[in-house]
Amino acid sequence: MSTMEGYNFAYLDEQTKRMIRRALLKAVAIPGHQIPFGSREMPLPYGWGTGGIQVTAAVLGPQDVLKVIDQGADDTTNAVSIRRFFARTAGVATTTDTSAASVIQTRHRIPEKPLREDQIIVYQVPQPEPLSRLEPSRAETRRMHALAEYGLMHVKLYEDITRFGHVAISYDYPVMVNGRHLMAPSPIPAFDNPKMHQMAALQLFGAGREKRLYAIPPYTSVVSLDFDDHPFRTTRAPHACGLCGATDSYLDEVVTDDQGGRLYVCSDTDHCETRREAGHTGSESPLQEAAQ
Amino acid sequence: MTTGTDLPGFADPVLDAQSAFRAVLAALSCPGSIHDAGAGLTPPASLAPATAAVLLALVDGETSLAIAPTLQPAAGWIAFHCGPEIATTTLAGFVLAEALPNLAALDTGSDEVPERAATVILQVAALGSGASYTLAGPGLQHPTKFAVNGLPVDFAARWTANRALYPRGIDLILCAGGRLAALPRSVTVGEG
Repeated sequence: MSTMEGYNFAYLDEQTKRMIRRALLKAVAIPGHQIPFGSREMPLPYGWGTGGIQVTAAVLGPQDVLKVIDQGADDTTNAVSIRRFFARTAGVATTTDTSAASVIQTRHRIPEKPLREDQIIVYQVPQPEPLSRLEPSRAETRRMHALAEYGLMHVKLYEDITRFGHVAISYDYPVMVNGRHLMAPSPIPAFDNPKMHQMAALQLFGAGREKRLYAIPPYTSVVSLDFDDHPFRTTRAPHACGLCGATDSYLDEVVTDDQGGRLYVCSDTDHCETRREAGHTGSESPLQEAAQ
Repeated sequence: MTTGTDLPGFADPVLDAQSAFRAVLAALSCPGSIHDAGAGLTPPASLAPATAAVLLALVDGETSLAIAPTLQPAAGWIAFHCGPEIATTTLAGFVLAEALPNLAALDTGSDEVPERAATVILQVAALGSGASYTLAGPGLQHPTKFAVNGLPVDFAARWTANRALYPRGIDLILCAGGRLAALPRSVTVGEG
């Protein structure tokens, strides 16, 4: 694939890449600790994954195979744009197949298929500070991380339980990394939190607007905060995927008409397609409808 | 004073720096794992190709570097290709040495800014042979054996003191010939 002329490999200049790379190495050495970096202006707005893009640009090499997902889907605007961006500026091969990718940039999901040691997953992060809704001052939260003073977050969880009977956080559920740093896992559903624990792949996080990056090395403890008498639980829609019949994947709810019709489908499009190719069917599969 | 200043750096500054970085990233992500770096580099005689690759990939005018006396012959080459601010060992962001410096005397960062802590680039005799250590911590599914020829005899004790500072502490990149390994501050090192 030919690359665009007039740009450095993977868009960023080498000075910027070195700065991001140095920060990434420190991030790996201190799992879950947020590190400030000089976030650059990118050819798409903050909030569209500029942090993840800059991390990917610093990591990516010509031998890599890139997969980009947005809410689990390979074919949404954000995923298509970012995949094309790197195909044009770095000439890297791209894929939608989770197992064929060496670098996976993601917005708000972790693929259903377990990742391997030779893969890197890059998360786009809107708000890297897990304490931001509880303590607006950055100086104060930095001090709280330095002292491992996370009582405020436990109070928030406790107050949720007293008011709602359960912890009312369904995404971006705070995690404790390596038993030391409280970390925002980015807005992945709490359903995906257990996948981060002892994951075989390296996990990198980039927040472009907030100018922070952080990391979790492979095989690192990632524990969702909870209480002994209110253990962390994952939730998913109590349905099977309408297309592939999966009962263990995270589902998207799709409104199909104005009569209250609903279709539940796997949020991870590659997972769903792989299952359908293997012959799995759901209640809404074309084959199933033909049979009826 | 210095020799080899006219020797070249990376043949391809963009892609060679990327692959050297990925080697260091993989080494830090899996402490004790050994990776190739610096293939094709012809640095001054005092620098191993892996050491040179790490310097070229990570050190530039925005960083400070302390160069141990035994590696001073390469100072001109480093100044030409990387152009770091030369700092004392106690203040430098990167410390280049052949003998492990006193880790406690380096910048170990602060509790609020632990990422400021120095990275030691240590050129050793060999990786995969020599004194054996047992590593455990993030990046390792199970405790792993790691052998290095060129660390001081009391290394495990010195590293334990460094580990006790966590999240502050020194990160160590070990280079020998065309290979490198790394010990992030989060890893624990035991004898044997």
